[in-house]
Formats: sequence, C-alpha cells, structure tokens
Amino acid sequence: MSINLQALFAQLLVGLINGSFYALLSLGLAVIFGMLNIINFAHGALYMMGAFAAYFLLNVLNIGYWPALIVAPLAVGIFGMILERTMLKWISGLDHLYGLLLTFGMALIIQGVFQNYFGSSGLPYAIPDLLKGGMNLGFMFLPIYRGWVVIFSLIVCILTWYLIERTRLGANLRAATENPTLVRAFGINVPRMITLTYGLGVGLAALAGVLSAPINQVRPLMGADLIIVVFAVVVIGGMGSIMGSIITGFALGIVEGLTKYFYPEASNTVVFVLMVLVLLIKPSGLTGRAA
Amino acid sequence: MVEVTMADPVNTAASGKTVLTVENLQAWYGESHILHGIDFNVKAGEVVTLLGRNGAGKTTTLKSVMGIIGKRTGSINFEGQEISKAQSDKIAKLGIAFCPEERGIFASLDVRENLMLPPTIRPGGLSLDAIFELFPNLKERLNSQGTKLSGGEQQMLAIGRILRTGARFLMLDEPTEGLAPVIIQQIGHTIARLKSEGFTILLVEQNFRFAATVADRYYIVEHGKIIDGFANAELPQNMEKLHTYLGV
Ligand SMILES: Nc1ncnc2c1ncn2[C@@H]1O[C@H](COP(=O)(O)OP(=O)(O)O)[C@@H](O)[C@H]1O
Ligand SMILES: [Mg+2]
Repeated sequence: MSINLQALFAQLLVGLINGSFYALLSLGLAVIFGMLNIINFAHGALYMMGAFAAYFLLNVLNIGYWPALIVAPLAVGIFGMILERTMLKWISGLDHLYGLLLTFGMALIIQGVFQNYFGSSGLPYAIPDLLKGGMNLGFMFLPIYRGWVVIFSLIVCILTWYLIERTRLGANLRAATENPTLVRAFGINVPRMITLTYGLGVGLAALAGVLSAPINQVRPLMGADLIIVVFAVVVIGGMGSIMGSIITGFALGIVEGLTKYFYPEASNTVVFVLMVLVLLIKPSGLTGRAA
Repeated sequence: MVEVTMADPVNTAASGKTVLTVENLQAWYGESHILHGIDFNVKAGEVVTLLGRNGAGKTTTLKSVMGIIGKRTGSINFEGQEISKAQSDKIAKLGIAFCPEERGIFASLDVRENLMLPPTIRPGGLSLDAIFELFPNLKERLNSQGTKLSGGEQQMLAIGRILRTGARFLMLDEPTEGLAPVIIQQIGHTIARLKSEGFTILLVEQNFRFAATVADRYYIVEHGKIIDGFANAELPQNMEKLHTYLGV
C-alpha cells in the first residue's frame, strides 16, 4: 500500500494530542495513587471541571485563556483538596474498593450536577488569538494550537517529574509514599502533604481540561468518555512510576494515531487490546511495581 | 506494680534535670493490650537503656513516646510538656528523634536524600561534615540508593540523619542488631561521642554487653512493665538477676 504522508502525519498529530491528555491525566492518577493509595475515579469529572472553570472565567468574569491556565487548575485543585479533607481522608487505610466507590460516586454526582445545568451538548471555547491559525511545515499543516498543547503538556509533565524525582519536596513525598508513619515521626506534616498531593493531581487534570476546551468543546461528560481510555493507559503503564505514566500516555496516543491511519476500524479498541495483553503478560503494568 | 528505686548514677554528667518522665504508660495494638503500666525517667545527658526479652514491649515503649502507637494512656512528660496525646510530628518538633529497629531507610531515596529527609527542628544539629566524620562510609555512598547500602551502613545512615535535626533527645532501637563486631564498636564510639556532646539517649538493647559500654542506667522490661532498674555501677551485683531476666 502507498503511504500518504500528509494523512499519516495528521493522524500522528491527533495521536500526540490525545497522548498529551493521557499523559497529564495518568500522571495525576499515579501521583494520587502513590500517596493516597486511591484510584481516583473522580479524575475525569475534575478534568471536566477544569474546562468548565475556563469557560466560566471567560464568560462570567471575562478572564481569558492565559490566566485560566493558572486560575482554573488552582480553583479546581482547591476544590479537590476540600474533597480530600472532607471525604477521602476518612477512608485512608481501608481497602482500595472504598476509595474506588467513593470517588466513582463523587464523579457521578459532579457530572450529574453539570448535566442538570448544561445538558449534554458542548459549549464553545475559542482558541486564544495568539495560537490561532496554522503553520505549513512542508510535510504537513500544523494547527498552532495543537502544537502548543503537545509542547506545553510535555513541559508540564517533565516539570512534575522533576518536582517529584529531583527536589527536596519530592523526596518528602516519595518517602511518605513508602512509610508515612516514620516520615511524620520526623516532624513532617504528612496529612497536609497528602492533601496537597491530591490537589496537585487534581490540578493536573483540570489543566488538561483547560487545554482541551478549545479543541473538544466543553461538555459535562467530556471526562467520562476520556477517563475510560486513561484507566486503560494506567493499567498498561502501571501505577508505580511517574516517568512510566508520562511515557505510556504519549506512546499510547501515538499508537492510537498510527492505528487510525493503518487500520482505522481498530483505532477505538487498540488501547484496550493492549491492556488485555499486558494484563495477561505482566499484570503490574509495564513500569509498575507488583501490587 | 513493682516499685523501682535506684541510686543516682555517680560517674556521669547526668546531674541534669529529668527530661522524660513516663508514668503508668499503657498501649494497645488494636485489641491487644501490650504495655501494662511502664514507669521510667531519663535525665539530661544520660544514656538510659531498656533491656528485656524479645516481645517484652521495648519497641512499643519507644513508639509510644514518639506518638506512633494509636492507642496509649498514662502520662509521658517531655521537658515539662505532656505529650501522651500529641501527634508524632508535633512530638518530633519538641526535640525527640527516633531511629527505628527496622532502620527505616527509604528505597526510593538516595543516601543524600535519606540523610536530608528529617527537617531541622532547631539550630544546633550536627553539620553534614560532622556526620561524615562519625560515619565516613556515608560520604562515599551519597548517590547510592538508600537500601543498596550494607546493613551496617544503613544503620549509620539511620543514626546520622537524626543528628542533623537539632533534636537533643535520641531514641535508638537496637542499633547493633545483626551487625558485625567492628561496626558495633563504631556505633558504641558514636554513642559515647554523642553523650560527651550532651545528647540524651534512650537506648533499647538485647545485647547488654554492648549496653554496658555506654549506658548510665538500665531498666528491665518484661510483659509490658518495668520490673527492675539499676545504675551501671551496680551492674556487677545485678548480673545474676539480669541473666534470669534476659534468659541468657
Ligand atoms: N504491629 C503489631 N501488631 C500487633 N502486635 C504487635 C505489633 N508489634 C508488636 N506487637 C506485639 O507486641 C509485643 C511487644 O512487642 P515489641 O514492643 O516489639 O517488643 P520488643 O521490642 O521488646 O521485642 C509483642 O508481643 C509483639 O508480638
Ligand atoms: Mg523491639
């Protein structure tokens, strides 16, 4: 078969964009799982809240895209910290199942409330002026906003990795993941660190939501659809490693894009097929520690 | 309850005031009642050793003082403050530092990060150079993963990291357990050195031959109670009793 490079690169770009969202979301899930030992099923709903926060900022307070990149994750992150302090805190130490049920319930409630007020159709969010238009790269046409999402996501992922793996604060976090009792006995306020970690993971989800608003519109169920794929990504990558979840996120986005080009019929299922294969061969995931 | 009276030790700098007083301490793991009324005290500048058989409740006593046993009652007074209800991070900030029996070296941290983990709670802790002078091995291994160190090096790291914080009251849980004689000796020198610099140390040991080289006083723990106590000078006349207590 002859290869249409234009179309191939276009699908690769779509894959990279999706990969950016997978990476940001699975990174947040990994950070939260490490510290709270909770599989955060509310992650998709919080991602959606990030997009809605950007929408409200623009349409109610007339605050545009650039400030929203900071304000929306902060606001939704604070909302997440309130959820942690008022609810998640009480189930720490219990079986995974409790966290799963609680966060799943939270997701249904949050999504239900938004659906009640905004229905199921999408609200538009315009691409910021600075990122409008496109560039002809010779081998393909690159919409600037999409290029920006990929590069910015990559930078945020790498900064988060650096924060956790290379800084003093990150060392506290890693230590508290291993042995919270001892870390607390050294005089570190571990409960506060847990709350902030949840806030960080939620903030990353909300940031992904803001990034996606100009691409996918703002819909109450936008997270519910995406998060199913993200959980498959997490299963494939394993929950254990920060870098692992970033790489797996981008890689699976690319795999999806390639599938869309070479065998479009499988593009919606390829991630799940991979998930099944990984579960059969290495149940703890490609980069994960044994549970 | 057995009343324990003892002479003040004669050969120490420990003329100081009492820094830790534990009275009728009881502690539980879930439903199981482990400590049944522990009474002892530690004075400034002393090395006090808790001796006792495996499972007697020595570790549980240290953990109770540190605030990491969920259910505990009785009184624990540290430098005039009641801490028996306090959370462990608050207790650490008052100046108590803990070196656990299992050492608690973090696998996801390198040696430097392990060493820097406990936050400084007040000025006056040892500098990194002073710690490397005590434990030269650590300096060579700064970039290794914490748990890649040998058992002896891990113990040095576990002790070294709590010397940085400025805490002057150290609790060491069986620091010589499972280590080679030359390393035990090195740890003995370290404890003597810390004592000469005015640290107060609450030590748990099974190895009373080692304890005898550093301790000012001993308490015997059995079935979650203090059943006896004496000063180091009284060790010879208590030797026989000690053999019975420890079953050696
Ligand atoms: N986490 C725990 N859960 C339940 N029981 C425990 C736990 N840790 C210790 N114990 C029990 O408490 C008793 C005292 O243990 P410990 O304080 O560790 O003794 P020691 O340090 O003197 O050897 C033992 O009978 C031990 O089995
Ligand atoms: Mg013990």
